[in-house]
Amino acid sequence: MENGMMKTSEGSVAERPFGPVAAVFLAAGIGALVLGILTTLAEASESFKSWLEWSTSVGSLSGKTIIAVIAFVVAWAVLGVGLRGKSPKPTSIFILTAILVAVGLVLTFPTFFQAFAPAE
Amino acid sequence: MHLTYREWWAVVHGMGLGALFLLAFAGGFAEFWSLRSGELSEKGIMTRTRRLEVGTWIMAAAAWLTVVTGTWVVYPWYRDPAPDSPRSLLLADPNTADWHEFGMEWKEHIAWIAPLLATAVAFAVTYYGTSLIKHQGVRRALMMFFTASFLIAGVAGALGAFITKAAPVH
Repeated sequence: MENGMMKTSEGSVAERPFGPVAAVFLAAGIGALVLGILTTLAEASESFKSWLEWSTSVGSLSGKTIIAVIAFVVAWAVLGVGLRGKSPKPTSIFILTAILVAVGLVLTFPTFFQAFAPAE
Repeated sequence: MHLTYREWWAVVHGMGLGALFLLAFAGGFAEFWSLRSGELSEKGIMTRTRRLEVGTWIMAAAAWLTVVTGTWVVYPWYRDPAPDSPRSLLLADPNTADWHEFGMEWKEHIAWIAPLLATAVAFAVTYYGTSLIKHQGVRRALMMFFTASFLIAGVAGALGAFITKAAPVH
């Protein structure tokens, strides 16, 4: 395998499949989405927020970020296996990733997630 | 001139790694921009691709180190329950409370999206290697996500600078 190309059994040169790149981009989008969901859920539920406090000094941010990073790594591994050797359409993958990241950004925007805080 | 142990960590987190992130982005963006077919020799493509790989991985590493040091080293000092911690001082004054309730709440979360995108871009650049120049659509998309990662980190970094000005970690 050289310069992004791989040799086939006949010795000709074929393009590398897009699958592995699709896997890492979708995983990044899933990581962002998971972070956003956890942020909003933690604001809506005090008990869930307490559960996310895996570190006393860092607070609920510790659980949110660790879970989001685990989601990224696991999604990358699973999608990497699932999409190995496949070539999904790059445009579709990049748009889907952008949507996942955009939703993650909205869910981590304070004005949005603080709207879910229980009334005092 | 003297910096405390905590202030040193704040400098490493915000200025040291932040500057590295900025430099890696500037270099990486320039290499992405110039990686267009018909304008480069084979040797030029190899050289630029190598620099692009290095730049994107440095940016990804800087992004990870920035969020890890920010969350696990500096943030606990910021949110200390003591009445003289930055968080306590900001919340004690209604005129500065928004720096925590909006600024820090936003910064501490979105910053973590930057390394996810930067890692995806770096992986894609390494995966395609010198053949990236033949995939101009992918190259343009990678540039966009690379820039998005930078802008997201930029929002977090700018908020961090303002918050530090309002209530520094000592």
